[in-house]
Amino acid sequence: MSLTNADVRKVARLARLAMSEAEIAAASMQLSGIFDLIAEMQAVDTKGIAPMPHAQDLSQRLRDDKVTETDQRELFQSLAPQYRGSPQVEAGLYLVPQVIE
Amino acid sequence: MLNSSLLQMGAALRAKTISSAELTQLYIDRIAKLNPALNAYITLNPEISLAQARAADVLLSAGKAQPLTGIPMAQKDIFCARGWRTTCGSKMLENFIAPYDAHVIEQFNKAGAVNLGKTNMDEFAMGSSNETSHFGTVKNPWDTARVPGGSSGGTAAAVAARLCAAATGTDTGGSIRQPAALCGISGLKPTYGVVSRYGMIAFASSLDQAGPMARSAEDLALMMNVMAGFDERDSTSLQRDKEDYARDLNKPLNGLRIGLPKEFFAEGMGSDVSQAIESAIAEYKKLGATLVDISLPNSKLSVPVYYVLAPAEASSNLSRFDGVRYGYRAPEYTDLADMYEKSRAQGFGAEVKRRIMIGTYVLSHGYYDAYYLQAQKIRRLIAQDFTEAYKQCDVIMGPTAPSTAFKFGEKGDDPVQMYLSDIYTIAVNLAGLPGMSIPCGFGATVDGNPGMPVGLQIIGNYFGEARMLNVAHQYQLATDWHSRAPQGLQ
Repeated sequence: MSLTNADVRKVARLARLAMSEAEIAAASMQLSGIFDLIAEMQAVDTKGIAPMPHAQDLSQRLRDDKVTETDQRELFQSLAPQYRGSPQVEAGLYLVPQVIE
Repeated sequence: MLNSSLLQMGAALRAKTISSAELTQLYIDRIAKLNPALNAYITLNPEISLAQARAADVLLSAGKAQPLTGIPMAQKDIFCARGWRTTCGSKMLENFIAPYDAHVIEQFNKAGAVNLGKTNMDEFAMGSSNETSHFGTVKNPWDTARVPGGSSGGTAAAVAARLCAAATGTDTGGSIRQPAALCGISGLKPTYGVVSRYGMIAFASSLDQAGPMARSAEDLALMMNVMAGFDERDSTSLQRDKEDYARDLNKPLNGLRIGLPKEFFAEGMGSDVSQAIESAIAEYKKLGATLVDISLPNSKLSVPVYYVLAPAEASSNLSRFDGVRYGYRAPEYTDLADMYEKSRAQGFGAEVKRRIMIGTYVLSHGYYDAYYLQAQKIRRLIAQDFTEAYKQCDVIMGPTAPSTAFKFGEKGDDPVQMYLSDIYTIAVNLAGLPGMSIPCGFGATVDGNPGMPVGLQIIGNYFGEARMLNVAHQYQLATDWHSRAPQGLQ
């Protein structure tokens, strides 16, 4: 199967990955090779086979609906990424570029 | 002391032949001397290591030592350890100091073990050669022109070079077993759900499993006793009674039925690897085992199935790295979308981006049924093959990897060639079974250089770890491949 540059551009956008045109061209070649490998799956008859999402066919355990975490806001905020030399937090909130005009 | 087993080290510490602080200093000095050439560690913190050692010495003096108290170990850099830089081999987390301990780290801390440092790995555990690490490749201690395997390549090299007594790894498609094979050490990937994934940076959550890597099966059993166990913070952690993984080590192997899957011996394996595996199986016959021919007809589909499921889960897990709350943020951007896109493009390496794109594609509108669902259905067929096989045998054996350690750059720019390195290991993860690799000989000599280690893969039934460790330990009592060390590193 071959992926076009337009396919790759769309996927990169969905995955929030900035890519140059040269990177897109290289990726479409490599991804096409990987999808050739993956295509071996398509010939298998899987009618009536239930999908297997978990190794032991167990459903995930639910915990009681109660607070178990302690408040560590300051510690977590100290890990915020730096931008122009300062961590991007203010008054307990994370700073991002303006979204709504 | 560097070649002692964990049991021997523990005994020496309790007998005060050596203190934990002295033993830890011995390793710190050795790492300072040898690590620059091997690059097995990403982060060292001798002050923390020595403080842990002194605390262990207090426990030892008070007679409160557990089996691993005071023993210097290392942790794969995928485990969050409070106060330690935890990078997962990525620029994305280059400056990330973990604010909490992973369950595995907590367990080793409670056991009084010393953490010497965080070992190098393929970025986000995606790779089979350690060539995708942002912090440079790890060199194979047996031949520094060759890869150590991956993704737990730093751990494998550190254990082989005696830069720690033992260490942890994680295995999503072979990342414990393949580097263990390539570096001539022992490694165990437990049954899915036996070791908690809490605090272990997620790659593919339905496949990821942590396990021990060490110089012998006996050492692995001691580590499993510390690592395994229920943890309510991992929703896939299994509620089971605590077990002693060393309980069966000394049982004889009379009557053991070893299944040999014809698909593993059909083609693709190097003739030198094949020879070493055949000799190991002959040794098992001498130890009283019988051989059973079995078939895993769908195992050939495990690589394509894995390269749908693992990237799909990775694309979802790695969406958390957005440059907002922690991790890398691009230095320049115009708006929010541009900040996400640039931060991720600059923070992730090529292989990680490739897998995120595969995953995003197979999960995107219109392709889900053809890829993700089809892969999950074939996953069941692969698991059923094993269930059938275990009606006739107790363990399954075969090669861990198709070849011995290859040279840096040898797989070129074609990712598919690298993906095929895990052809014998991936089916085990898809089925959720336990698998291990133990050294069983050396490959062909090349250009006058000695051969590289070969790993024998032992696959067990669900929760068969104690039996597998018994099977491996009996072989290690009868042979000495596991005690060989690279030239100059004994």
